[in-house]
Amino acid sequence: MGESSGRSSAETIEFRDVTKQYPGGSEPAVDGLSLEVPAGEICVLVGPSGCGKTTAMRMVNRMIDMTSGDILLGGRSVRDRKPEELRREIGYVIQQIGLFPHRTIADNISTVPSLLGWSKARMSERADELLELVGLPREMRDRYPSQLSGGQRQRVGVARALAVDPPVMLMDEPFGAIDPINRERLQNEFLRLQAELRKTIVFVTHDIDEAIKMGDRIAVMQVGGKLAQFAPPAELLMAPASPFVEDFVGADRALKRLALQRVRDIDLWTVATCRTGEPTAGVRERTAEADLDIALLVDEHQRPVGWLSERGLTGERIRSELRSPADPVVDLDDILRDALSDLLASESMYGPVVGAQGEVVGVLSMQVISQAVGSAPSEVPGATELAASEHVNGAGDATGPDEE
Amino acid sequence: MSAALVIAQSGGFVRERGGDASCVANDGFCPTWIADNLDRYWTPLLEHLYLVVVSVGIGFAIAFSLGLLAHRQRWLIAPLTGVTSALYTIPSIAMFFLLQPLLGRGNAPAIVGLAIYTQVIIFRNVITGLANVPGEMVDAASGMGMTKNQRLFRVEVPLAVPEILAGLRIAVATTVGLAAFAAFAGAGGLGQKLIVASLITFKSNVVVAGGMVTLLAAALDLAVLGFQRLLTPWRRAVAA
Ligand SMILES: Nc1ncnc2c1ncn2[C@@H]1O[C@H](COP(=O)(O)OP(=O)(O)OP(=O)(O)O)[C@@H](O)[C@H]1O
Ligand SMILES: [Mg+2]
Repeated sequence: MGESSGRSSAETIEFRDVTKQYPGGSEPAVDGLSLEVPAGEICVLVGPSGCGKTTAMRMVNRMIDMTSGDILLGGRSVRDRKPEELRREIGYVIQQIGLFPHRTIADNISTVPSLLGWSKARMSERADELLELVGLPREMRDRYPSQLSGGQRQRVGVARALAVDPPVMLMDEPFGAIDPINRERLQNEFLRLQAELRKTIVFVTHDIDEAIKMGDRIAVMQVGGKLAQFAPPAELLMAPASPFVEDFVGADRALKRLALQRVRDIDLWTVATCRTGEPTAGVRERTAEADLDIALLVDEHQRPVGWLSERGLTGERIRSELRSPADPVVDLDDILRDALSDLLASESMYGPVVGAQGEVVGVLSMQVISQAVGSAPSEVPGATELAASEHVNGAGDATGPDEE
Repeated sequence: MSAALVIAQSGGFVRERGGDASCVANDGFCPTWIADNLDRYWTPLLEHLYLVVVSVGIGFAIAFSLGLLAHRQRWLIAPLTGVTSALYTIPSIAMFFLLQPLLGRGNAPAIVGLAIYTQVIIFRNVITGLANVPGEMVDAASGMGMTKNQRLFRVEVPLAVPEILAGLRIAVATTVGLAAFAAFAGAGGLGQKLIVASLITFKSNVVVAGGMVTLLAAALDLAVLGFQRLLTPWRRAVAA
């Protein structure tokens, strides 16, 4: 997509011992927050209501002035910038979306460009480009916000924030007002967009599931504005730093980890595959070496047919005697959580895993999954990588309008 | 020449011309007289229109500016509301006489007096209109890097237009009515035909002059309404 106008590459965001004390507040809203968001990553601020997420985020574009400490964008202090100029370089998306009802969609998208004095032609061209980017038809450009659905408005809100290709984006519960089904879809779309754009993003939510899904890194905050833990999602789930974090991520954190991994990310069992009419001896030998002590009968394209029974192995050559069909067949690109669900649904302890052509590449078993849940967090990819690999089979969201 | 004299003369003059003599003598409602004399009302009507447009125009400019100022300097809201409300309570005839020592007789005191009456209505509507702009609009505007002035004129004022123009409509209607009393200040307008003792009892005159005041109010109201529709195409956009 024509996004590489090159104006801005992503910048790191660094909070240095940032404190915000509201006048009259008994304790600080944000207390000594220090963290660094690497360029091109999504940092999610998550925590219970009133823990200071919004306050922390709004200090980045100086919508709120910090009491002490400093925030650096690309190594440069926000304190040295004129607030208006700083804000024009930072994409801003809020929960209420905040589209201007008296302006058309194209004019809404052109808000910052017009502040920067772009020509009419350039703004119009850019608006069309952005509508396409967020998957909205060009005809929408002359509509008013009241003529759009909530999800469409949200997309326009994102397009507006991206108008001048800012290196940094701030998003405060951007999907908070959207119903769960559309939220899921918008999240997936946004992750796909981010895999392309690679902005540095501070994303606020109070929903731990959304945090795990969207974040490359997650900052868990607790009331009083203290940072409880700052870690990639998998590490957060694997090793919560305190009882507060453990409680906040929930008792099902092991299950949540499964949502972060794909079948291709883990070590599968090996299995002996065989074709009808093949000499039995070789198959017995390979079965002995494989992780699974049952052979898998495949067709001429290496696609699974079924599990071979003892009787199939009794003759000189393999006979097509099955003990059970090869259910469920798991795809390499399946999310681990979905694969587990398939296993449970077919009351099966294991299932063959196939690649893009349907060829058998290994076996996924309950045991493999439980090992994966306990594996080191470094093996688990971040949200953006997960989204980047998504186009392979479109597993996350088959209905998104932004595909290809 | 004193205006009182003009009014007295025109009063006698009006009755002299045309119509059914006995009907006119009885102060009745005389269609033939109305047909014969309608042309004598065009000038007062235009004068009336002039008084309303000029005084509301000036009044709006002042009240709107005060409204924008007080929106920024919140502490000004209470004193300005107090002063404009107090001015509004001055009886109109008293107002037009009170202004004469300062401004003489004629259109000047009339226009100043009428403009003063518009203040409270327009000022209040500007203030509430701006205050009712949703917080997320203001937040989004600032968050994207608008200066205070850009935010005011690109977002807050356009969104307050319906409420501001609602105030303008009330101001126009009120001023059309009050302008009839401007004759006490020596100004022209339909008031000349309504405040003269010998004419106010003449039904035909009251129907024509009073009817014109009402029609003028309705026409100006429609004009403002049309202007509002022109300014707010987004409000007519229906959900798709
Ligand atoms: N303008 C303000 N003046 C005084 N106190 C404030 C102000 N804004 C926020 N606070 C307080 O600061 C604390 C943090 O508020 P903040 O809005 O950052 O929380 P949050 O984590 O975003 O909460 P939520 O999930 O409910 O949006 C709260 O205790 C809040 O009451
Ligand atoms: Mg918040």
